[in-house]
Amino acid sequence: MLVEKRKTHKAEIPTASLADIVFLLLIFFLVTTTINVDKGIPLLLPAAGQTRSVPKGNILNILINDYGEVLLQGEPIQIPYIQNEIRRRVQENANLIVSIKTGKKTKYEIFIAVVDQLKLADFNKISIADPEA
Amino acid sequence: MKFQKKTGGKPFVPTASLPDIIFLLLIFFMVTTVLKTFTGLQVSLPSAEKIEKLESQRHVSNIWLSRDGTISLDDKIVPQSEINAIGTLMYEKRVADPQLIVSLKIDKEVEMGTLTAVHEQLRRADALRINYATLFKVTN
Repeated sequence: MLVEKRKTHKAEIPTASLADIVFLLLIFFLVTTTINVDKGIPLLLPAAGQTRSVPKGNILNILINDYGEVLLQGEPIQIPYIQNEIRRRVQENANLIVSIKTGKKTKYEIFIAVVDQLKLADFNKISIADPEA
Repeated sequence: MKFQKKTGGKPFVPTASLPDIIFLLLIFFMVTTVLKTFTGLQVSLPSAEKIEKLESQRHVSNIWLSRDGTISLDDKIVPQSEINAIGTLMYEKRVADPQLIVSLKIDKEVEMGTLTAVHEQLRRADALRINYATLFKVTN
């Protein structure tokens, strides 16, 4: 019986495809990491104890009651119409400040809808008054 | 003058270090992505049209307010009776990070009375930059 002599050759791990494998890993991580971006309505609260006197004529009062009904300067208004009303009033008086006053039991959703309307009118001078008891 | 003849050889781009470069990229991405670390409370957020992205994820502190009135500050439950603790805790956070933005994740059914109490605490803590987390409302 003839035993064939084994050829000696250097053992090697093929590394040519390593780059591809790592690329695949990279792409996998890029795809699976969900960067959950927080979205929302930014607002700046006034500092504690900071009060500013504003001429009465520059204040526009928005009242929201517990049932989600909205009064704008004493007149009832539907929420989707606030945007245009604010735009109109800002044109009349550029120094306008909107004060939002809610009831204690007003739903947060209604409040956000009203703030959103103001933001839609590109209006940022919003003041939040303490709710009525 | 005699020029030495260049030794002829196949030109090639060295690819031996390519995996290392890509590994580095991979590690860079893994380190820089901020993973969501808070689980929060079960809230159904209100929706709004004019919403903005939060500029940074690193300077954000989260407050959850759920329908049943539970308040959670960065995954720590704050009992309603100890609402003053929010002000103290937020003040510490605010001192540690002056760029702090407070993201308020509030259920749409929450009543404004509770929200005002939270506002009051935030004002006390001087954490004035807030963000009402909302979903995007699709307008038809």
